[in-house]
Amino acid sequence: MSAITPEEIVDSASIAAASTKRKSLWALAVRNTAVIFGGAILLVMLVIAILAPFLGTVDPTRIDPAARNKKPGTEITFRLDDGQTAKRVVLMGTDSLGRDVYSRVLYGTRVSLVIGVAVAVASIAIGLVIGLVSGYVRWADGIIMRIMDGLMAIPGILLAIALVSIWRAGLITVIFAIVVPDVPRVVRLVRSVVLSVREEPYVEGAISVGTPTWTLMFRHILPNTVAPLIVQGTFIAAAAIIAEAILSFLGIGIPPEIPSWGNIMAEGRTLFRVFPHNIFFPGIFLALTVLAINIMGDGLRDTLDPKMSKKV
Amino acid sequence: MLDFIIRRLIAIIPVLTVVAVFVFLMLRLTPGDPAAVIAGDNATSDQIADIRNKLGLDEPIWTQFVIWIGNILQGNFGESFFFKKTVAELIAQRVEPTLALAICTLVIAVAVAVPMGVLAAYRHGSLVDRFVMGFSVMGFSVPVFVIGYCLIYVFAIELGWLPVQGYVRIGVNFWGFLERMVLPSVTLAVVFVALIARMTRASVLEVLNEDYIRTARAKGLSNRVVLMRHALRNAAVPILTVIGLGIAGLIGGAVVTESVYGLPGLGRLTVEAVLSRDFPTIQTVILLFSVVYVVINLLIDISYTLFDPRIRY
Repeated sequence: MSAITPEEIVDSASIAAASTKRKSLWALAVRNTAVIFGGAILLVMLVIAILAPFLGTVDPTRIDPAARNKKPGTEITFRLDDGQTAKRVVLMGTDSLGRDVYSRVLYGTRVSLVIGVAVAVASIAIGLVIGLVSGYVRWADGIIMRIMDGLMAIPGILLAIALVSIWRAGLITVIFAIVVPDVPRVVRLVRSVVLSVREEPYVEGAISVGTPTWTLMFRHILPNTVAPLIVQGTFIAAAAIIAEAILSFLGIGIPPEIPSWGNIMAEGRTLFRVFPHNIFFPGIFLALTVLAINIMGDGLRDTLDPKMSKKV
Repeated sequence: MLDFIIRRLIAIIPVLTVVAVFVFLMLRLTPGDPAAVIAGDNATSDQIADIRNKLGLDEPIWTQFVIWIGNILQGNFGESFFFKKTVAELIAQRVEPTLALAICTLVIAVAVAVPMGVLAAYRHGSLVDRFVMGFSVMGFSVPVFVIGYCLIYVFAIELGWLPVQGYVRIGVNFWGFLERMVLPSVTLAVVFVALIARMTRASVLEVLNEDYIRTARAKGLSNRVVLMRHALRNAAVPILTVIGLGIAGLIGGAVVTESVYGLPGLGRLTVEAVLSRDFPTIQTVILLFSVVYVVINLLIDISYTLFDPRIRY
């Protein structure tokens, strides 16, 4: 029998713990009806986003002055590139520049899903790093948490508006502007997990056998943050999609030539009384998507994070 | 108690300092000369030099911050070159619609959400409970402006009961004011109702398991008295907390609601200021809203003792 070094003991234990935990989390999650229901709607949205060019759409940015402000279901005649004309029914009508709302709404799914995922991933990544440092490095904790408290004192949408005003609008700018207000919430969550976990006997045990700080963080502390962060991530994604729509609707979001749901609605504002379809169709898609994510988030919270579900 | 208030007041100083530093740095982080940015596109070089001088832009950044914060503390928020007014005047003109909207929204939200939450908790697991929970998830998911346009479409355009947009000052025509306040405040209240109803339900549900509720029932008190006097009162602290935290959402929602209904309030001013890159106004509005948010939460913290005498500071 060969001698067992402390590192080997620590390693095998944590790998085993991590792998069984991950399996059981996933198994728990797919058994929940809310997760399945929300996930199914999201899947449909994802399919729409990916297959947008093949679902009977035309170029969403194509301007057609002859077919301006058509109500949903109208048949329009349009000119092809070779000079011939063809007829087409506009399912969701056209906007005041003659662009096809159906195509714009379908392509808008792409923008919203990208924003939701990007904001959730970015804010969790940034928040995780800052939260780990804050929970683990005692001298940095005070400074970091005061800055986070200060950022949280500025209402989220206002902070995003302020950041957009600094950098001027663009897709990346908008994503970053929505990420910044979310970071402090992630930091707080991660920090609280770290603070409670580091007093646990197995962490103290790991320290006592000389586990390096990095290994300690990644093998013993990080896995505990996974479940609450998945839950938090879904809510961040839902809020981010709404935030993008709000910014674009106010005319300070992503550039108007990109077909996002917020931009379609912003475009439809002036003629809302006569042509409400410009606002209703993207509005329905927006609400449905966010609803699906929220339902899924509620389900995930109930299964993955029972402590949190008791609180709210 | 006084001790506690003083401690809480001191605790908000670092928070507001961070906010002030951020707001101060905003202008410094924008590309270009701050003085030129403030003066706008049509400024003369004299005007720019004047601003440069007033803000001490040739001084080191620490001195600039001291000059800036000194001006703020004296109530001098600078001048809006876009609106050709001082920022203080501009804000004074725009406060009324926002304040009215916020108060109406809060009143409607609390009046609707608290009974809803209590009922859902009392009939835990019933159809009513499911409806309340379902409504609350919906409320979180439908964006404010979609709710706004749906309400406008139904009540203002199709039924014609209420005006579509606009604002009448409260002193000019009270009836006209009320008429134009109904749709915006109901719109903004939806998210708030969702938030408060959910928290009320959870909070009352927890209290209903307590021994003193059983005792109250055993004494033969009516359901209404048990729910309102014993359960709700003990459940009040988390509800108040969530209302306080929700003020941030209320402020964000006001920006959108004012744009939908054409209310000339601070939210609309913020959007106009961003579109015209009017930095003194943007900075002041953000500072103002943050201070309001922090102070309201401070007041709520202090008010806990009124609702729950067990809390002593």
